[in-house]
Amino acid sequence: MIDPLFLLEAVVNGVLLGGVLALLALGLNLIFGVIDIVWIAYVDLVMLCMYAVYFLVTVYHWPIVLAGVGSVVTGVILGLLVHLLIISPILSSPPINQFLATGGLLFFIQSFATLLWSTDHRSVRVNLPVLEVGGIFISFPRLIAFGLSILAMLGLYLFLTRTFVGTAIRAVSQDRDATALMGANPLRLYLVTSAVGGAMAGIAGALLIIQYAVHPYFGGAFGPLTFMICVLGGLGSMFGAFVAAFIMSQIISVGGVLISTEMGYVVAFVIFIVLMFVRPGGIFAKRT
Amino acid sequence: MSWRRLWAVLIVAVLAVGPFLPLGRMREYVVHVIVQIFIWSFVGGAWSLMGRFGLGSLGHGAFLGVGAYATSLLWNFFGLTPWIGGLVAILLTVALAVVIGYPCSRFQVVGHYFGLVTLAVSEVVRLLIIAERDWTGGSLGVSLKPAPSDSSIWALQFADKRVFYYVAMALWLFGLWVWVRVDRSMASRAMEAIGEDETAAASVGIHVTRFKLGITVLSAALTALGGVILVQYLAYANPDTMSGIGVSLRIVFAVVLGGMYSLLGPSVGTALTIALSEFLRIYFGIKLIGIAETIYGLVLILCIIFLPAGIYGSLRDSLRRRATARTATA
Repeated sequence: MIDPLFLLEAVVNGVLLGGVLALLALGLNLIFGVIDIVWIAYVDLVMLCMYAVYFLVTVYHWPIVLAGVGSVVTGVILGLLVHLLIISPILSSPPINQFLATGGLLFFIQSFATLLWSTDHRSVRVNLPVLEVGGIFISFPRLIAFGLSILAMLGLYLFLTRTFVGTAIRAVSQDRDATALMGANPLRLYLVTSAVGGAMAGIAGALLIIQYAVHPYFGGAFGPLTFMICVLGGLGSMFGAFVAAFIMSQIISVGGVLISTEMGYVVAFVIFIVLMFVRPGGIFAKRT
Repeated sequence: MSWRRLWAVLIVAVLAVGPFLPLGRMREYVVHVIVQIFIWSFVGGAWSLMGRFGLGSLGHGAFLGVGAYATSLLWNFFGLTPWIGGLVAILLTVALAVVIGYPCSRFQVVGHYFGLVTLAVSEVVRLLIIAERDWTGGSLGVSLKPAPSDSSIWALQFADKRVFYYVAMALWLFGLWVWVRVDRSMASRAMEAIGEDETAAASVGIHVTRFKLGITVLSAALTALGGVILVQYLAYANPDTMSGIGVSLRIVFAVVLGGMYSLLGPSVGTALTIALSEFLRIYFGIKLIGIAETIYGLVLILCIIFLPAGIYGSLRDSLRRRATARTATA
């Protein structure tokens, strides 16, 4: 029998992991919902942002907060580059070609990172204490990452609901043609969406590097998980993606403690497959 | 005899005498590369049986992995000959394909969603192989136990690579034959209609679920067979080279690169990607780790953007266009 304290710790860690996963999923969901293309390499862009923070801190000795801003800028630039160079030429291609173009990007980024920086695991050391609350240990960096990702998501929410561009972006995701008729230019909105998605990747990168070591294959673990959360939450549904992120992170964290890390992921993926059959439009979709 | 048929006979004849050409010390290596091209082309062809009808699966890594691992574990632990083990592996894969394929076609999981569900399946298989490390060897992979020298046919292990060359070539030709049979059947008309519009197809009386499930099962069974032959040839299986997203993507890349709507497209694409990666690997050696894959990824992105019908498909289309233009002006 497993000590209930361990289990409680796993639950808490699951919640903290859920915050960052939700951030990743929201960024990808925004792009997926608006442009209708899955960026298979989205988490690999996050990986590049993590490297950006790492080098800014260790080589150029920037303070960590400033490096985080650098990471966001890197994310925006990467998002724009991906859209202009890869996505815009294939906007009207069949889905399988779109999958593959961003899949090719995944191979490219992973191996280019290996070429430049080798497969060493690199981490940024942040001297922060580990909190002890009632016998369970909570890592402070994780707590900060959780808090900041909630703030970032709130920011995204305000951007999408309170600004003109944000409203236009939501309109595109509902009906592309009608939005164009209303005088908004979908192609320009795509660009803005890619930049915002990139910025989310940058924030996620900055928050992940203080918890995990970065290496070229970092996207391997988080990538598939992020798409699944997106789909599970339902396309374009921010709230759905948010809840789905916490469900998946709980399964992975608790399953990892109860059985093994891999089995935690296996259970999460199997639940994803089954839910796709039962509720193809996402967990909060209305049945049609 | 038409020119096309003559060409086909000529190509098969050249391939058949290939392993006996005097290539000196290069021969081992060339045979090794061509065997891989044959097997992966076969797998690519199996994938495009589904892919060309709009079922863009990213789960073929799972089918390949189940095929390869089931035979090798049955042989290693129970001494079961791959002749029977391979059959068991194919049946297991078919079962998996039905478990995934039936709900997918029943509940109309299509497009991006189909891709993501099958992607999850290939990750599940890869993670299960890693998790059950006590008997699958985990990430380190598993080697086939060598057979006693007098029973190589029973164990399907041959010291001479040329035996596998002919096995793989037969497999490849078998794959092409299946392709042609499917292409000429009523099923391909039905599947084309389903790929265009499921509801419309159902309304004219096509049994959508049955056809989709049928083609999925066929494709999965062939992929598993490819996995069985591949593991017998390499005598080694690894979760990352036999299952998971990486393998699924590689299969699909090769096919899309060649062109999935033409008989030889998958083979051309596979031959080109394998030749490219072998060339890059030898050219750069261990000097710059990762550069070969970097160039590979770049080439793939460029091909998908600029040659959406695939290399072979685009080439054939442009030749045809030229031919029709000539007949039109004449």
